[in-house]
Amino acid sequence: MAVLVFLAVAIAASIPLAYGFRMALMRAAPHHMAAPARDMPLTAAFGLLVILLYVIVAAFAPVLAPFPERAVVGVQFQPWDGTHLLGTDRLGRDMLSRLIYGARNTVGIAFATTALAFIVGSLLGIWAALRGGWLDQVLSRFVDALMAIPSLIFALLLLTIFGTSVTNLILVIAAVDATRVYRIARSVAQGVVVMDYIEAARLRGEGNWYLIRHEILPNALAPLVAEFGLRFCFVFLTISSLSFLGLGIQPPMADWGSMVRDNATLITFGNVTPLLPAGAIALLTVAVNFVVDWQLYRASGLKEQG
Amino acid sequence: MNAVLVMIAQRLALGVLTLFVVSVVIFGATELLPGDLASALLGQTATPETLAALRTQLGLNDPAPVRYWAWLTGVMQGDFGTSLATRRPIADMLSARLGNTIFLALYAAAIAVPLSLILGVLAALWRNSLFDRVANAGALSAISFPEFFVAYILIFLLAQSGFFPSMVRISPAMGLGDKLYVTFLPALTLTLVVTAHMMRMTRAAIINLLASPYIEMARLKGVSPLRIVLRHALPNALAPIINVIAINLAYLITGVVVVEVVFVYPGLGQLMVDSVAKRDIAVVQAIALIFASAYVLLNLTADVLSTLTNPRLMRRK
Amino acid sequence: MTQSRFDKGLTRRGVLKGATALGAAGLILPASYRQARAEPQQGGDFRIGLGHGNSTDSYDPGLWDNLYAQVFAASRHNQLIEVAADGQLTGEIAESWESSDGKTWVFRIRQGVTFHSGKDVTVEDVIASLNHHRGEDSTSAVKQFFDPVEDIRADGQNVIITLDAPNGDFPYLMSDYHLAIMPGTDGKIDPTSTDGCGPYIVESYEPGVQATLNRNPNYWKSDRGHFDRVEILAILDSAARLNALMTGQVDLIDQIDPATIGMLEARGVANILSIPGNAHYVFPMDSRAAPFDDNNVRLALKYAIDRQQMVDTILGGHGAVSNDNPIGPANRYFYADMEPKTFDPDRARHYLRQAGMESLSVDLHVADAAFSGAVDAGALFAETAAQAGININLVREPNDGYWDNVWMQKPFVASYWGGRAVEDHMFSMGYASGAAWNDSYWEHERFNELLVKARSEFDEDLRREMYQEMQRIVSFEGSVIIPMNNNYVMATATNVATPEQISANWNLDGFRCVERWWFA
Repeated sequence: MAVLVFLAVAIAASIPLAYGFRMALMRAAPHHMAAPARDMPLTAAFGLLVILLYVIVAAFAPVLAPFPERAVVGVQFQPWDGTHLLGTDRLGRDMLSRLIYGARNTVGIAFATTALAFIVGSLLGIWAALRGGWLDQVLSRFVDALMAIPSLIFALLLLTIFGTSVTNLILVIAAVDATRVYRIARSVAQGVVVMDYIEAARLRGEGNWYLIRHEILPNALAPLVAEFGLRFCFVFLTISSLSFLGLGIQPPMADWGSMVRDNATLITFGNVTPLLPAGAIALLTVAVNFVVDWQLYRASGLKEQG
Repeated sequence: MNAVLVMIAQRLALGVLTLFVVSVVIFGATELLPGDLASALLGQTATPETLAALRTQLGLNDPAPVRYWAWLTGVMQGDFGTSLATRRPIADMLSARLGNTIFLALYAAAIAVPLSLILGVLAALWRNSLFDRVANAGALSAISFPEFFVAYILIFLLAQSGFFPSMVRISPAMGLGDKLYVTFLPALTLTLVVTAHMMRMTRAAIINLLASPYIEMARLKGVSPLRIVLRHALPNALAPIINVIAINLAYLITGVVVVEVVFVYPGLGQLMVDSVAKRDIAVVQAIALIFASAYVLLNLTADVLSTLTNPRLMRRK
Repeated sequence: MTQSRFDKGLTRRGVLKGATALGAAGLILPASYRQARAEPQQGGDFRIGLGHGNSTDSYDPGLWDNLYAQVFAASRHNQLIEVAADGQLTGEIAESWESSDGKTWVFRIRQGVTFHSGKDVTVEDVIASLNHHRGEDSTSAVKQFFDPVEDIRADGQNVIITLDAPNGDFPYLMSDYHLAIMPGTDGKIDPTSTDGCGPYIVESYEPGVQATLNRNPNYWKSDRGHFDRVEILAILDSAARLNALMTGQVDLIDQIDPATIGMLEARGVANILSIPGNAHYVFPMDSRAAPFDDNNVRLALKYAIDRQQMVDTILGGHGAVSNDNPIGPANRYFYADMEPKTFDPDRARHYLRQAGMESLSVDLHVADAAFSGAVDAGALFAETAAQAGININLVREPNDGYWDNVWMQKPFVASYWGGRAVEDHMFSMGYASGAAWNDSYWEHERFNELLVKARSEFDEDLRREMYQEMQRIVSFEGSVIIPMNNNYVMATATNVATPEQISANWNLDGFRCVERWWFA
């Protein structure tokens, strides 16, 4: 019950926040950007606001956090009080500070991973669609095979082989994700490469790289952006599930996925501690996808407002 | 219709190729893992002598290609071999667990697919309404919680109060009703995990079509919005929806190891993770093949279905 | 606490014959627990949820390696010798045993015991069962126990084992859980059989899922094995175990997340049993590798760890501070008065300077496979060490392959010991020069000399002195940091009754909860 009330209050509070933020954007935005800001639905404004907040928190973590990331400052599981606003974790580290540093590490890792996956996956996918022939066949069959292996178990295998440094974590998850991106990019690009304007550009003598950058990518962007929104958030979940299976991030680094895992047992006794990092992930997921939805909506050309 | 049959034949042939590549990749990866079955079985108690004796006993001293070839020829003849760790025939070990895995996947799908279709259609119908926003935000929050955490919350809410058992003890002798009752929580967990993806795709695919001229035409003719969505938009949006359902079904079969662990559900995922840890390659390979086959077949089914639902695609080839 | 036989003056014959005391042990139960105590009753379906057990678990007794296999084995098998709850060795399939010189051991096999299949337990079965762990082809984890064994032969109702050198503690080795007595054919046991002569008969077993057993009506111990039925379930996730206990789906669970013990207690739906034993968590340092080859560096690290904080945080208070001593409070010759090492950054710096260093930076490799909470323990260690100018760079290794790639491979790691009831056993396996599990590659001349001498020293006081000097050497010159002794923590449903004393030798009442406990 308390949770429902809390949710209701949170939603009620977020509406004026989003409204205010949209107003501020409209004022601050340069002239040619003002129109999209005005048309922006409240959800998207809310999403942008949350993302902005996260970026600020991530960037200024050392300034904002009351305690250092790794310092043991009390006994374990201290209740919420004036000094430790959100209590302490299982080692007696300040929960709020860990959450703030967690924003930096988690969002950083998730962004790096997703960006890498998208660069590699979409370039290969588009390239395969553009070149066709044996290159397309070999790449696609290989990607098919990799996708047929359950991703979590595959990541587990690779991380056990290569070790779980942050770099490896990013590379492995990106590699697994890239197969999914490849597939989408290839299928979208296949629809584009048969278009007349591509043929025209080819006849003009443009190179593959030019075609990818100037002709295909802009036309294939929408579905890729939609996928980006979800993939980005799945990185947290993958890290969390991996730490469930015993392969997590390097301590004492704070990241939300592992923080959920470390404290998850407490929910068994109705303790809300693990809800904090989980909520942080959920809020970001919702925010990112609200913005993505808005962008998709604009791209779809459907102008009617519901 | 012939075109479809040719497509199925082609895809099945490619599927076999996929399975082969999967088996090579899995074998290679398992070989690259540190240690082997002997050291995994002996663990901390291993000494050089016992390791050597065990390796000889298990036939681990052959070079990797030889062992792969032996395994491959066995599988070609329909023999998955015996588990080196438990010395039981792999087919026996897998059959019960495969049944459990498929049961849970179908159960979750039976809830999740209709639910996400209905929610998706309604969200598209009432797009940008409060319902749409809440359904969207709710679904997104549900997938942004890790699976084990969703499971813990459900257990806290529904098992500790005594409505449902917190862990699944399933036996072949159970009636269907009992089975559905004891596996309700894992099925519900998985439903929450996969619904968002399918719902969002349904909504997006329908909305994508709403701007097309023929929908505009129907609207101008005064057709009711519900009818437009159900009769005009949905049939043409089926292809991407079927594809995303196939992906999620494949996930329900292959990707649920975490849910299995939390609910102590004896499925294939747990067996695969255990076998990887023990380097019991033959078992890992057998399960990987099952998972890969499920993936290939589901994707094939999805492609066939979406071709059948779209006459234009059928005629194109 | 139990009176040890050694306390009453020792004769050579006393050591070598009959019941050998292994040290005072066990738990004095809280008052609330004692009220429920009554005469054991028969009946009920005892369901155990264990945080161990894999679908790949082997049937082979030589490869049993986790608590699931151990409890399952104790439910269906007997051994030659049992370690009673008070630490005494008592006869099981061996009715009695003796040796005149410590080299030739005569075990008299109990008559009238039958396997579940109905076949009598014979001397040949015992020999076949022991030989499974012995010899060139054996793959048993306890193969090394039999290295000094020259011969095992039958003599009427006796089994005679000849060693290459005297060993007064040999009967203790025969109590090892791997050495199940199983039916033999042509001198060999079938390692995939579940037939035994223990308290329960296996009805079904699915590795990594569950085992179901029924009471053995012909069990030779009339006062043991009280449950009608036993189900052992593998529940690997700790929250799932807690939930299963709280919702009444199981009656006993092990390995409770220390962070939640207090909350579980507050619920009042379960009894917590916290049994102090000799088990301990360790951080071995490779004494051959710089900088750990300098004892000053090792001492600096030993003073840079906050042991009490570890016990409070990692064990949730269910354990005790250890003074880098592998011999625990449940051992006979435990050196309780040794000068304690408290967290002292200044002293740590002092030893660093002695080693000619101003600061130190080392990698500590950990994984929760080493012990539950090892990663957290490493993080705490790194925090306190930082205050002493020591930078511990924590490297989290995958659980998978930890014992292969990290332990005894990397210079500074985490590990655990179950503890041993006999001092000599502990030291010989983990600290003697060249021992298989000397995971710090440590060599100390005086220590090795004392170890050999103490084996044949039967004067109680001299023996105590020797073992205490060895403990001092390990503590202050050894290459292993032992911050804490961990209790065995388990929780039961409120209607589960246990005897007054619960064994400190291994977890779950020495794996014997199924045969010793009952429903009140």
